[in-house]
Amino acid sequence: MLARDDRESLKRTPLYDLHVSLGGKMVPFAGYDMPVQYPAGVLKEHLHTRGAAGLFDVSHMGQIALRPKSGRIEDAARALERLVPQDIVSVAPGRQRYAQFTNADGGILDDLMVANFGDHLFLVVNAACKDADEAHLRAALSDDCIIDLLSDRALIALQGPGAESALAKLCAEAPSMKFMDAGPHRAAGLDCFVSRSGYTGEDGFEISVPAGDAERLAKTLLENPDVLPIGLGARDSLRLEAGLCLFGHDIDTTTTPVEAALEWSVQKSRRTGGTRAGGFPGADRILAHFDNGASRRRVGLRPDGRAPVREGALLFADSAGGEPIGKVTSGGFGPSLNAPVAMGYVPTGQSALGTRLFAEVRGQRLPLAVAAMPFVKNTYKR
Amino acid sequence: MTTTLYTSDHEWLAIIGDVATVGITDYAQSQLGDVVFVELPGDGRVLKKGEAAAVVESVKAASDVYAPVTGEVVETNPLVVEEPALVNADPMGKGWFFKIRIADKSELGGLMDEAAYKAHTA
Repeated sequence: MLARDDRESLKRTPLYDLHVSLGGKMVPFAGYDMPVQYPAGVLKEHLHTRGAAGLFDVSHMGQIALRPKSGRIEDAARALERLVPQDIVSVAPGRQRYAQFTNADGGILDDLMVANFGDHLFLVVNAACKDADEAHLRAALSDDCIIDLLSDRALIALQGPGAESALAKLCAEAPSMKFMDAGPHRAAGLDCFVSRSGYTGEDGFEISVPAGDAERLAKTLLENPDVLPIGLGARDSLRLEAGLCLFGHDIDTTTTPVEAALEWSVQKSRRTGGTRAGGFPGADRILAHFDNGASRRRVGLRPDGRAPVREGALLFADSAGGEPIGKVTSGGFGPSLNAPVAMGYVPTGQSALGTRLFAEVRGQRLPLAVAAMPFVKNTYKR
Repeated sequence: MTTTLYTSDHEWLAIIGDVATVGITDYAQSQLGDVVFVELPGDGRVLKKGEAAAVVESVKAASDVYAPVTGEVVETNPLVVEEPALVNADPMGKGWFFKIRIADKSELGGLMDEAAYKAHTA
């Protein structure tokens, strides 16, 4: 239990009162008082998102505008490429791309979304990293860009097969958007930034809305009987089934994008032989991992039994004896699979699909297998 | 005649003679959320009071269930292993975990009756 003073020092999102009125069970997360679940519970919230639509408050995440001082968007894109191994120049207006801030060792400082809004770039970063990310951007890009942390905006995710029709009632352009389209749109008459993306593996949207209008937008969406409020508990089980990384757990300052099996997120133009190869922090190590391979790799894991294998469980090659070969970085129960799922790091030589391994749980070695991710097929509208 | 007592760790004991049926309380299941996995002690295992006896896992987290008294496990509930959601649906009934033969009845002295447990969770 938190002492009252600790509780009061927590920040609240513009939807705090709504969470409380909906019966949300509030817990501290990344310095915010956030709903971990509502009365429906994690299991039902998870299944409802995959079956209909879920509304998530992700206003704790950082929203940052990167405006080129020259007025040319390409200058902002080139500047940001100094901090990420992604090709930002080729992100077309109205499109968004997944990226990582890397450090000098090739590790990951944070992962983020970068959208091209025509005259500026719009970034969404993790809550726990947003202050550090802002400082990092200011230190590196202030000569070229005006960096603006948009703390006066809320962020609402609407996810699941019912998301499109629910949002279409408020935003006429929503149905014509494709996965990773992003831009300013009117929704419910409000000045929103809408992207067709999310963190569940489902089709869906993330809607940035002025803080003062957030509750009205959320309530309007929740009037739709298909849409239920979803807490952080189900957000975690949904992203785990979707095989998506959680910063600070599955990726951190010690894991390179190659070790993290995120090669797909690094475009050829930034790799060895590319038109703008290297030039980001840790390029030597990251490109060496691309060229020569890395010694460990993030993989999906499916336990044979029913017992969840959770974060921190050590992985072994054999049912008894031997040193640990790796560690689980995220794990739990997948409600849609009705089975436990996990991900973790193993030596590359033991990362092939189907490789039999063991996880130590409460002193017992439980058998599991390296498995393909996502665990649940994604339903993005490409 | 059945006597029901409670521990501060939110377990209940329904005692008939020298055998206690053990489970977790309605308050405990509501705090845990949807139970997806239950692991029970083996029949015949001798438990010491306070020892981790069973495991109950929700989507979010794993929790230990401690032996409320010292004694031998004389029966376990196979239904709750097959259908962990019984812990949520009927925690004081079909969701029981195991039965233990109480070695020393004086250990019951430290447990709460229903009124004391209600005050404990208030």
